[in-house]
This record gives sequence, C-alpha cells and structure tokens, in this order.
Amino acid sequence: MNADALDLRRYVAHSPQSAAVWLALAALVGFGLLRYENFGSAYNLTSFLNYNSMFIVISVGMCFVILTGGIDLSVGSVAAFTSVVAAYLSPYGIQVALPGAVLTGVGFGALNAFSIIVLRIPPFIATLAAMLAAKGGALVISGAQTISVDWTSNFTRMGMESAWNLLPWSIVIVAAVVLVLWIVIERTSLGRTVLAIGGSEDASVLMGLKVARAKAFVYMLSGGCAGIAGVILASGFGAGQPLEGIGWELSAIASVVVGGTLLTGGLGSVPATVAGALLLGLVFNILNFENGRGTISISAYWQMVIRGGFLFAVILFQARVTARRPGAGRPG
Amino acid sequence: MQPLLSMTGVEKAFNGATALAGASLEILPGEVHALIGQNGAGKSTLIKILTGVYRRDAGQVLFRGAPARIAGPREAQEAGIATIYQELNLVPLRSVTENMIMGYEPKRLGVFIDWREAHRRAREILMRFGIDIDVRAPLGSYSTAIQQLVAIARAVSLDARLVIMDEPTSSLDASEIEVLFGVVRGLRAAGVSVLYVSHFLDELFAICDRVTTMRDGRTVDCRPIAGATKLDLIGAMLGRDTAEIAADGMTEFGGGAARQGEILLRAEGVATGPRLSRLDLTLHRGEIVGLGGLLGSGRTEAARALFGEDPVTAGAIRLKDAPSAPATPAQAIARGIGFLSEDRKAEGIVPGMSVRENLTLALLPRLARNGQVDRARERALVQRFIDALGIKTADMEQPIRELSGGNQQKVLLARWLAIEPEVLILDEPTRGVDVGAKREIQAIIRDFVGQGHGVVLISSEFEELVEGADRIVVLNEGRTVTELANPGITEDRLVRALAHDRRVTA
Repeated sequence: MNADALDLRRYVAHSPQSAAVWLALAALVGFGLLRYENFGSAYNLTSFLNYNSMFIVISVGMCFVILTGGIDLSVGSVAAFTSVVAAYLSPYGIQVALPGAVLTGVGFGALNAFSIIVLRIPPFIATLAAMLAAKGGALVISGAQTISVDWTSNFTRMGMESAWNLLPWSIVIVAAVVLVLWIVIERTSLGRTVLAIGGSEDASVLMGLKVARAKAFVYMLSGGCAGIAGVILASGFGAGQPLEGIGWELSAIASVVVGGTLLTGGLGSVPATVAGALLLGLVFNILNFENGRGTISISAYWQMVIRGGFLFAVILFQARVTARRPGAGRPG
Repeated sequence: MQPLLSMTGVEKAFNGATALAGASLEILPGEVHALIGQNGAGKSTLIKILTGVYRRDAGQVLFRGAPARIAGPREAQEAGIATIYQELNLVPLRSVTENMIMGYEPKRLGVFIDWREAHRRAREILMRFGIDIDVRAPLGSYSTAIQQLVAIARAVSLDARLVIMDEPTSSLDASEIEVLFGVVRGLRAAGVSVLYVSHFLDELFAICDRVTTMRDGRTVDCRPIAGATKLDLIGAMLGRDTAEIAADGMTEFGGGAARQGEILLRAEGVATGPRLSRLDLTLHRGEIVGLGGLLGSGRTEAARALFGEDPVTAGAIRLKDAPSAPATPAQAIARGIGFLSEDRKAEGIVPGMSVRENLTLALLPRLARNGQVDRARERALVQRFIDALGIKTADMEQPIRELSGGNQQKVLLARWLAIEPEVLILDEPTRGVDVGAKREIQAIIRDFVGQGHGVVLISSEFEELVEGADRIVVLNEGRTVTELANPGITEDRLVRALAHDRRVTA
C-alpha cells in the first residue's frame, strides 16, 4: 500500500513476525500441492476460501480491536445472532439481509464501545458480557431452532454461488472489506490513530488525537465484521445458526496473533492477519486430505489438538525470530 | 514587552486538598523560563492547568494578551502551547514520521495520507535540529535523547509559541544534554518561549533567563537567573535561610567520620560478563561505600553481582565469614542483603497497592502466623516506619501511586529496612526526588549504617557520592580502577579518577 509495504526487505526487517506467517503459509501450501492430487483444484480452493471467509472477516475486525490494545470476545456470538437476523430477513433478498445483519453487528459493537469508552469497563469484561447477551439473544429470537432461509430469494447466492463464475460472492465481499480496511490502516488518520492508541493511549491523548472516536470505530467495525460473517454463515448453510460461533473469537484472536500483531496493540498488519486466518484454516484442510488418503484416520478432536500444537509452534517460531531482531528491545 | 503568558491567582483543589493557592507565572516572548520547587510544590498542577488537563478553580490565564480558553491537549496545541512530558508523550512502536505528524498528516484527496510528503516533512524538520535519521524506523529504536528531540521537533513544527519541558534531561547523558541546550537556544533565537522545569539547578544557570520558584502551591519568588546563586534558589524552594544551608552543607550525609569495623562484604576480582570484568570492593560495618563511575562503567552490574542476580564467572564474593556468595536474590535476601533498584516504577512499587501493602510485601512470610498475616503486628510495624522515616501519607491505606516520588522512595527504603538487612545496596536512591526528601533519605541511610550495618551506594550525582560516601570505589569499563577515601574526596578528584587519570591513582 505505502512505500513501506511494497519494499519487501524493509517489510521483513521491520515485521519479521509477519514474514514468518507468510513463510509458513507458503510452506504449507507447497506441502499440500506436492502431497495431494486435488489440493490445488478449483473445487478445493473455492470451498476452502468460502468456508474460511467467515473467519477471515472476523479476524480482520478483531485485528483492529487488538491494535488498539483491546479485545472483542463477542464476535462469535454476534455472528450467530446476526445469522438468525439474516435468515429472518432473507425473504427480502440479500440487499436487505446483508445491511440488516451488518447493522445489527454494528449495534452490538456500539454497545461494546459505550461500555468501554463511556462506562470505562475493561474490554475483556464488556465484550464478555456482550458475548453472553448475544448468545442468549440468538437463542431467544430463534426459539433455539435453526431458522431456515428463504431459498426462493437471492439470499443464498451469497454463500453458494460465484461472482462472474469465478469466486463465491462471500469471498468477493470479504476481499473487498479486507482491501478497504488495509487502506484504512495504512493510509488514513483513523488507521494511524488506531495504531497509536495501541502503542500508548496516554501519549495519543496528549498528542491531541481523537482517541474515543477511533476506539468506538474499532468495536463497531468488529461487530460489523461479525455481521458479515453471520450472513455468510446463514447463506452458506441455508439457515440461521443460533448455536454456531462458539470459540470463533478465540480462533480470530489466534489468527491475529499468528499474523504477528502484538496482543498489547500498536503493531500489526491486516494482510498478515488474513494470512494467519488462512494458515489456521489450512491446517484443517490438510488434515482432511490426510484422512482422505486413508493412510491415517484422525478424529475431529485430534485435529483440534494438532491445530493447537501447530499454533504453538508458529508462535514459538515468531518469538525466536523477533528476539533476534536487532533493536527489538527498548533502548536502555 | 507584553508577556506571552500571564497566570495570576491560580487556585486548584483536589477533593478538598489544596494543590494551588495563589500561583502565578509570567513568561515573556523568546524567554527561557525556569520553574522550580520541591515535589508537591504545585509545578505539575500549574502546568496541567495551562495545558488544559485540569480545570482551575480560580485565577486568570492570559495567553498572547487574551484570556486563554484551553479545554484539552488538542486546544493547547492549537493555541501554540506544546508540552514535552517527562514520560515521553510519544509512541515508541510507531515510526518517527508518524510520531511527528500524527493528527496533522499531509493528505491526498482529503483522506489518504501522503506518506512520501510526510516522510519528507519529518526529515526536513529534524534536519533543522541537526538530526539525520531514518524517519521510517520505529521511534523506539532510537535513544532517549533522539526521542526527546523528536518530541520537541513535533512541538515546534506545530507552530508552538511556548514549549513546556518537564525534566527534559533526566534521562540524557552529558553530550545529549548539550544537543538539547542547543535546541533550546535555537528556540529562543526564533522567538519561541520555553518553560523549563528541572531538579538540576546547574542546568538552569546554563540556559535559563528567569526563574520562578513555587512552594506549597504558591509562587514565592521570580527573579532573573543572572545574579542568583544556587543557594538562593534552594533557600527559596525550601523556605530556609541561605546562610543556614551553607553552614549545613548541601547534603545530609556527612561522610568520612565512620569507624571501620568488621568486614561485611568483600568482592575480589569479580566478573560477570563483558560489562563487569574485575570488581574489587570491601565493605565494613558502619560504612557507606560509593560506587563511582560513568554510565556504562559497570556500576549497576556490580550491584547485580553482589545481590546474586548475575552469576559470577570469575573471582569471589564473601559475605561476612561465609566463603560463598549468594547465588540468587532470594539467597541474598535470606543472608541479609537488600537491593533498592534504580527503576522505582518498574521494579519497585506496586502502584495500585496501598502504602501498607507495598511496605510489607517482602516481609509477609515473617508476619504470618499459621499462614495468616498478623494484621495488628503488620499495622504496628508500618506505623513505626511511617513515623521513623517521616513518610507523608494520608494514612497507610492510601495507594502508593498517589504519593510523591520522594515518599514512594521512602516506602521502598522502609520495605528493605523492615527485613533488617545487614547490607543495603542502593542504586540511585535519591533520583527524581526533591531536595527536601533527598536530605531526609540521606539521613535515613546514614542512620542505618550508624547501627553497624553497611551500604553500597550508587549515584550519578557526584555531590552525593563525594559528601555521602566514606570511601568511593571507582569503576571504569567494568573494572575497579581506584579507591578514594573520605575525608579528602572532592568532586574534582572524583572526576579525574573517573577519567582514570594516572596522577590520582598513583
């Protein structure tokens, strides 16, 4: 985006963590391509991206929150809630259901922002409360049932059909969101304020930056991203899923961290977060292929264990790379 | 000449406690104006009212001849008042450019930051200060001095008419201070006024034009610095007669008189790594031994070695009769060594805890009976130290973060004194505390060794070492190069010894 991001050497020198995630991603893709016949097929690619687009969009929203030094635990529940909202709105078509679900998500985000900025409740607690509320709310408005979408409207096209016979609509929309957010973080005052807040909130206030506005933005953005994920969920599975989304917030946090973003904020990247989400998704994908070969059979439970181990390995690798970076420590 | 800033009759109270009671301040255009006073005199409060962080209860503030309406940092910046805080108000993780232009980014199409222009602008402004650095690198990758200059450059680039500097030199070395002074003189030449807050009086004489002194929330003195003496200023700050201070000496130590008793601690040829290659030091009962040396000479490493924090790779440390050195800080404490770190904030206090809790933190195991802390004993002990050391606190349950730096330091000292050590290693015990508290802390230290204990004192203030220590072990590049004994040490001799001048050591 800016000159920094284009200059690869600079990029690696200044963000070795991000470089690590790209390397790991490339290695895993290479491994898959060599080992499995159908790994590179269009079918695998689209279904992989289609499924993971939900996690990508949530992770990118989460990335903004974490960049300010905050956290949003409500995204999984909000996605479940908005998938139900989207299912209810599906008869009116995607043009109503998508904005409706996104606005609902933004509403939850606004609630989080209010608790955090005005009531000064720590983000962890505020969004934990919102997570419980959204989870309960989703069960209430759906009567604890999955809500079937209207198959006669254009709603299911988003999760099931391709744009220009090329890529699923879900991917196109998420890609557009990612691109816009990348520009926001790299090229706008708002984005830079987000980074500055995570670096030092006190300093940001003293510099005269609009801190409250930027914080409100990130929580509403994260809610909105969860709303998009909710729509993809409902249209992809043909139903609003009030019980889905459990643990998604943790997957999103994992993606952000694997992408090299500091959990304390101030340093991180949108594309690397996408890479982090892809990387974690790819581990599942490859384990499925491995099962498909029939040589081994790994249960879903073991897959989770393996994914956890993989996450641990990547983080460890990053820590090693970062520790060797010259000038990484604060100057004494 | 019309003053740039005139504050008169400013009052401010926090929850009924008076912080300012009739403070005033007048700054002329293009003047470097010093603001001094003990901790708690009201300097910070006055500055925060000026910069819109606090709202005043009463009084008048005129800036550039008109009543100033400043509701926050942003308005202050826009009015032309920039503040360089003691804790740098910048973001180390972000690039130099970002730190300089945040909030005022050059843009294309009104939305998108023009990075090329931003970097160019940042580089150009820094060039004017004689700094040529990679502005794209994270600010935190540069030295504190550069970071401070970046903060100043940011202030000046925002068209500041008044730059407030709060303890700007507290983390700079001598050559960096010279660069800073150059910048301050440059500002003055450009007609920008500087309000300079500092504990280091020598600095004021070097660059300030006038000095305002505050005491107990009031402005008590304002005079041109030419013609004033250090004693005048200290007298005004303390509210004491200058003749009385001169008779007393500047510090409360009175070193040199101590008898040499039994050997408490002895280091022979101790090395821990590249930064400490040969430490020779002997500490007797009733003695304060100073560690003299410039930054990087191995003073702090020496203290860490004695405390068992860094493993000893060569040589030997003997504690009393025991042939071996403590291998860990826990062992050191168990064997009667205490270590007061120089970094009060990071390694000392737990800000949210009360004075009582901070004071007894290291002592809880001893206060416990059947696994429960004996509250009555704890309170009695805390009260004894509060009285003995004169810790100024509302009561022992007050959070320690609300205390002044000097009183925080006393609580930390008390924490160590409470475990009844025989040897205390004190790394910069009076850094950042005001003149009054400093004297009291020095008196506490002298009293401690008077009971037959020993102290290893590290200080970058020569005055404190020269007057305070009975002997000074001089370090240079990680080695003990010589030892000076009081009475008879002068700052001049110490400086020559630090420079490892043969004429002294011979």
